[in-house]
Amino acid sequence: MKYVDEYRDKDMAAALARTIAAEADTGRDYNIMEFCGGHTHAIFRYGVQDLMPGNVSFIHGPGCPVCVLPKGRIDNAIELARDRGAIICTYGDMMRVPATKRVSLLRAKAEGADIRMVYSSQDALRIARENPTRDVVFFAIGFETTTPPTAVALRDAKRENLKNFKVFCNHVLTPSAIQHILNAPEVRTMGQVTIDAFLGPSHVSSVIGSAPYEHFAEEFQKPVVIAGFEPLDVMQSTLMAIRQLNDGRAEVENQYTRVVTREGNLKAQALVSETFELRPSFEWRGLGRVPYSALRIREAFADFDAERAFDIETKPTGDVKGCECPSILRGAKKPTDCRLFGTVCTPENPIGSCMVSSEGACAAYWSYGRFRVPEHDETWEVTQEELAEELAEMEPAE
Amino acid sequence: MNQANQPQFATPLNRRKGTIEMNHGAGGRAMVQLIQEVFQAHLSSPELLAGDDGATLSMPAGRVVMASDAHVVSPLIFPGGDIGSLAVHGTINDVAMMGAMPLYLSAAFILEEGFPLSDLETIVASMGRAAHEAGVPVVAGDTKVVERGKGDGVFVTTTGIGVLQDGIGPSGDGAQAGDTVLVSGTIGDHGIAILSKRENLDFETEIRSDSAALHTMVADLIAAGVDLHVLRDPTRGGVATTLNEIAQQSGVGIRINEADIPVKSEVAAACELLGIDPLTIANEGKMLVFCPAADADKALNVMRNHSLGQDAAIIGTIVEDPNGFVQMETSFGGSRMVDWLVGEQLPRIC
Repeated sequence: MKYVDEYRDKDMAAALARTIAAEADTGRDYNIMEFCGGHTHAIFRYGVQDLMPGNVSFIHGPGCPVCVLPKGRIDNAIELARDRGAIICTYGDMMRVPATKRVSLLRAKAEGADIRMVYSSQDALRIARENPTRDVVFFAIGFETTTPPTAVALRDAKRENLKNFKVFCNHVLTPSAIQHILNAPEVRTMGQVTIDAFLGPSHVSSVIGSAPYEHFAEEFQKPVVIAGFEPLDVMQSTLMAIRQLNDGRAEVENQYTRVVTREGNLKAQALVSETFELRPSFEWRGLGRVPYSALRIREAFADFDAERAFDIETKPTGDVKGCECPSILRGAKKPTDCRLFGTVCTPENPIGSCMVSSEGACAAYWSYGRFRVPEHDETWEVTQEELAEELAEMEPAE
Repeated sequence: MNQANQPQFATPLNRRKGTIEMNHGAGGRAMVQLIQEVFQAHLSSPELLAGDDGATLSMPAGRVVMASDAHVVSPLIFPGGDIGSLAVHGTINDVAMMGAMPLYLSAAFILEEGFPLSDLETIVASMGRAAHEAGVPVVAGDTKVVERGKGDGVFVTTTGIGVLQDGIGPSGDGAQAGDTVLVSGTIGDHGIAILSKRENLDFETEIRSDSAALHTMVADLIAAGVDLHVLRDPTRGGVATTLNEIAQQSGVGIRINEADIPVKSEVAAACELLGIDPLTIANEGKMLVFCPAADADKALNVMRNHSLGQDAAIIGTIVEDPNGFVQMETSFGGSRMVDWLVGEQLPRIC
């Protein structure tokens, strides 16, 4: 496959592995947070960790849009379909994510709610055109990469005066999330988590450019390497981060030059700012409320805003007590540090969101890497009964 | 059949513009006409033409193997096949994967009111051709009609029986440490053919389903004296799921090598585009063979000499592993697990 195989070449990988082993200082550790689920997926799918020396570790970041969406927002979407008669259009990844009482969009669909899986915002527009008497709500999630297509849908809906089309906006922003992680007490003062450098987002950066990371590379003195999603991209970016750390540099470097520029995609940025504005605060699963970390729909597009049209209120929801998704999303724990991991929480029966999406750290560990999972004694295991108790305590039956 | 015994129909079926009506399943003359003019016309085994409630069959010596397979594929007609040929191949392969020679098939059709007769005829004719080519006749059948909206065009269930020679008995729990794993050809063709048709994805080259009957290849392996520990066709859930099934049933681990697994470049490209793994995609004309390492080269030669096995390859080995993990050395040089397919990747693939 041209333009793909080049970035998965085994000999090139072996050569890069030798260079990394030669240049990594054996007297120290290199803890590198790969921000995106796309990186996590590549690391596991291709076995990149096997090619790294023992002192180079990857810490999996929060860049999985499905994983960071709080349960309350999924509850909102389910309610729109089940109680308000709307057709909910969602990306497939969202379907199995458990919300309150472990109801998912998939289960709500089985129970009769009109929930449809789409591949793009344009599919949702088409469904709205085909069902003029129904409210059709596009469940918009994702980072800066998926925001422009939602903006296009909003603009098209306005142009067509497609009043039954609504967007339930959950778009979030990458730089504020990274800043929030670096500001977290575990990282900043308590020293529980050492993050030496970042592999920065690739597709997000194609839209926003590499410039937005310059501020915190400098302020927090952490190297950032914008890294592509192919395995050789990840390896080359890791080498670049190691070199920065060895040189005592903390800069934004761009490994993904075939796509990312410093300025990004100005046309997409203009479209996004025409349709969206900053939310003062938004709840992230795992990170809590993060200031100025998400977008909402501008007044000019209010007719197409599901939050306004349905007066949506998002209730705060707790996580299952044993579920370590919040710590995992902050890089404070590994999936294998969670007692639910692989015992009661598996991709078939996910408790936390990190087990659902293939970009989630837990799903990647489980599906691609569980032969590496350490052995625990029997006290480690959480039984279904214990879990049921925890669930009952948290979410009393109606 | 004696012409004089046939009911006479006032007008022939309107094959071009006609549709299935409720009375085609009601047991009256309309049903008899549909059976005669469509089903018996294309599935013309003597047993079926006899028009009895069941078929009386002669079976050679040996243990009898029976398998059944329901088909709900959407779309009904796809590049490389249709629900008719698929229903023949699917059940023949299930019988063949037991090491048996398939001999007879039955077919039950659930038709939806309003389904075009022309499409039905296309499907039944294709079923007849597939059965004829495979040398496995359809000897019994049934037809029911459901109201419009209660079905989706046509669902087909086929059952097959065959006979197993003494001393042959591959089974899912037969894999042993040291065995070699072979695949009979490129993987993922069927699923991608269905998906590209369903999602209107236009690729430069049309990807065709691999739907085919594998029993003659199995017979060749048996004739060559290959000690078949396990045979299985990796249909829903793909090679990944089948390998995990075998690892679990046999209580062994499996190690495969990604670079050795044959995937057509256009299928690989489609998977890349859709973000799916060819290992989890359904096949309808491929099989995995587990045999002792000493027989592996012989098995490979036999498969490559068969018209359906030209791309056959050795892809891995069986190891002792109480966890039953399927692990793969990636083409990139690392290693990872190959897990069961989770959730529903492609509904109604077969």
